[in-house]
Amino acid sequence: MEITRRHLMLLLPSAAVAWKYVLAGTPESAPNYETTEHWWGMLIDIPKCIGCGSCVRACAQENDVPDGYFRTWVERYHVADWAIERPQVESPDGGKEGFPPNQDSSGKNFFVPKLCNHCADSPCTQVCPVGATFRSPDGVILVDKTYCLGCRYCIQACPYGCRFLNPTSNTAEKCTLCYHRITKGLTTACCEVCPTGARQLADLKNPKDPIHEFLRTHSVQVLKPHMATGAKVFYNGMDGSVR
Amino acid sequence: MFKDIEHLVRLALVMAIGVVAFVLVRAAVIPRSFGQYGHYRGAALAEISSRPIAFAGHQVCESCHTEVVEQKKLGKHIVVPCEACHGALAGHAEDPASVTPPKLDTAVVCARCHEANSAKPRTFPQVVTVDHSGGIACDTCHQPHRPAIETSAKSVAEGKK
Repeated sequence: MEITRRHLMLLLPSAAVAWKYVLAGTPESAPNYETTEHWWGMLIDIPKCIGCGSCVRACAQENDVPDGYFRTWVERYHVADWAIERPQVESPDGGKEGFPPNQDSSGKNFFVPKLCNHCADSPCTQVCPVGATFRSPDGVILVDKTYCLGCRYCIQACPYGCRFLNPTSNTAEKCTLCYHRITKGLTTACCEVCPTGARQLADLKNPKDPIHEFLRTHSVQVLKPHMATGAKVFYNGMDGSVR
Repeated sequence: MFKDIEHLVRLALVMAIGVVAFVLVRAAVIPRSFGQYGHYRGAALAEISSRPIAFAGHQVCESCHTEVVEQKKLGKHIVVPCEACHGALAGHAEDPASVTPPKLDTAVVCARCHEANSAKPRTFPQVVTVDHSGGIACDTCHQPHRPAIETSAKSVAEGKK
């Protein structure tokens, strides 16, 4: 049978639908993981961070993050003693290969690792027009890349600048809190490789998690608390100049 | 009264076909797991969590390399997880025979953490490599798993791998 234009027009949509089902398959789910029993967050201990960039490299390797884009990055702050409102912040290549020596070692200098705050009331998920980004029942903000249109609303909405558009797939991408690791009982790649323990994964629903003792006994902040995002990345020892 | 209702019947028929078509298309297009947990595709959770891991985790390393753990316990590097220096080695953990971890250049690896920088915590041990060693490999003098240099001959013999 010769395929005419008419036949092709009929064939293409049905083939597309069929292919979608072929692709979907049945993904391997994590056994023994109950989403309702966890509520994930992270603790970042700024006085422990040495700016080595291990977390940035590990994140890129674990999650195939394209070069020049970051799901986590490290910033170096320089604050002259009175200029708390005007810190100088730099993050060369996300801090991936560490930082060059400081030109000006006066004032205050410190590193701040950044990542998605996995907000309990996240602005980014609220603006998604198609339900492609969402908060999982265990409190992780994820992107369903098969559903994402690439409209970039979420990238604009995130007050922390934690999202980007993947240049090859043209879908929004962000930190998944290594969802493929934490559902298997492992810690995130960034926490796994942190040599000083400056980053620690925290399960806020687990009463035995050391996070509870830490939060009780330390002065801990979140980023941009005035935006009422319900951020779950807690910073210990954070200076007032950090944005 | 209902003499000329044929056009209404036709209209109703067209609308009925429209509604049925809408319901059918909607059922075919919307994935079954959409709305399982919320306004998103529930199956996405399993898809995202099925991604393979790259970093094995130090517990896995330690289950075989017990002698390294013993070495590390004697020094400050006990807190440093294996893959912070050795890199992602889930492949090696899975199949130790065929995947061999690459040899590390200590002149590069050590400097990532220990190169002096005024933004690092004051108490963290830092050196300016050029002044400290002139750029030679750190493991010429230090044993990375147990970095403090000990003077007695016995401990030096122990310290060498």
